[in-house]
Amino acid sequence: MVKISNLDKSLSEHPFFEDMDAEIQKIIAGCARNERYEADAIIHHEGDKADRFYLVRGGVVSIELHVPGHEPVVMDSVHEGEVFGWSWIIPPYRNTYDARAVKLTRLVSLDAKCLRKKMKKNHELGYELLKRFIPVMAHRLSASRLQILDVFGSPKQKS
Amino acid sequence: MSIQAINTDPMLPDLFQIEHIRRELSDTFTLTLAAQDGKTDFQFQPGQFNMLYQFGVGEVPISISGDPARSDRLIHTIRDVGSVTSAMAKLAKGDVIGLRGPYGKPWPVEDMEGQDIVIITGGIGLAPLRPAIYHILANRKKYGKVVLLYGARTPGDILYRKELEKWRGRFDMCVEVTVDNAGREWSGNVGVVPNLVSRARFDPLHTSAMVCGPEIMMHYAIKALNSADVANDQIYVSMERNMKCAVGFCGHCQYGHNFVCKDGPVFRFDRISKIFSVREV
Repeated sequence: MVKISNLDKSLSEHPFFEDMDAEIQKIIAGCARNERYEADAIIHHEGDKADRFYLVRGGVVSIELHVPGHEPVVMDSVHEGEVFGWSWIIPPYRNTYDARAVKLTRLVSLDAKCLRKKMKKNHELGYELLKRFIPVMAHRLSASRLQILDVFGSPKQKS
Repeated sequence: MSIQAINTDPMLPDLFQIEHIRRELSDTFTLTLAAQDGKTDFQFQPGQFNMLYQFGVGEVPISISGDPARSDRLIHTIRDVGSVTSAMAKLAKGDVIGLRGPYGKPWPVEDMEGQDIVIITGGIGLAPLRPAIYHILANRKKYGKVVLLYGARTPGDILYRKELEKWRGRFDMCVEVTVDNAGREWSGNVGVVPNLVSRARFDPLHTSAMVCGPEIMMHYAIKALNSADVANDQIYVSMERNMKCAVGFCGHCQYGHNFVCKDGPVFRFDRISKIFSVREV
């Protein structure tokens, strides 16, 4: 396990935690750990317990949908400075997609159970995290809508 | 560069022979055209278009996608989406079509000198921007950072793939390509092209942006540019409307108080931002 002071630094340098109060950051760091995935390694599968969420420190993570009888479809790629895995905050806390490292990827993962427990007691912490997660979710929703529109498809491809 | 009409009568097409056809994608092809009368000087500015006439079928506006510094041939990349372009897709080398132009306001690439350049485009929207890219790369020292953000439907739908790879290999240009969806064999970006803006590095206060693609893509790309502190008067867009005469007579391409054919297709965004989101326009 990496020392908390290193994790503190990783968190404070990550854009998701920009301008966050140092005390709150320290509380979050208590639930954090560094993780490393080789290219093609699965980080989590759809349906798994959403017991962690992730900050990308380096590398690329692909967000994939399992389509029965077909190859997985890549829906999004998450890069350095971005986050993924918000199912930890939404009951019944199950991942809704597969996450795979495209290349060697370094993440900071946060223990969801630990965070949920702390958020229940410390509403300021809960507010800080939700304030940062909701814009990410809104942005992804908006991007998904644009993807669904299939704006580059020709009328022939769409028919 | 100067705008020089091929013909003095704007409605009368000249005859051009297809010198070469390149199949770019399953529904997209590029025609290299040479004038039948032997003329070899077709000056145009990046972002301008010609009206291409398929005899017996109809006429369509198609952006010029070749190098503005090479004025001996005209290059047009065309997507087979309607009756005219579908007929053009069946043409062979040596066949003759009508052509009149060039028309329209160009990308103001010379006014952008000294600035960082951010180009956001998707699908066949890369074709009207390719002449601007050629111009910028030919005059590379006159510009700051050059960023090209390109989106396609799938990896198989990436236009000018070899050229994108060549540009990506340059040390003085940042090229990011993304696709809307892909299989695991694609190791590049997946997601919509406006997402790439926040990952790109440029100086927002000294940036000129050029955006071309489906209007909804441009809408989100402009929002992303605005979020990155690029103001509307630094953004240029290429609009598409139903153009018929191409010289502002018929009114088919009216866009608010503008005609896209003669006041556009390239507009500075602050000049059309009020009508850009009006559904009826």
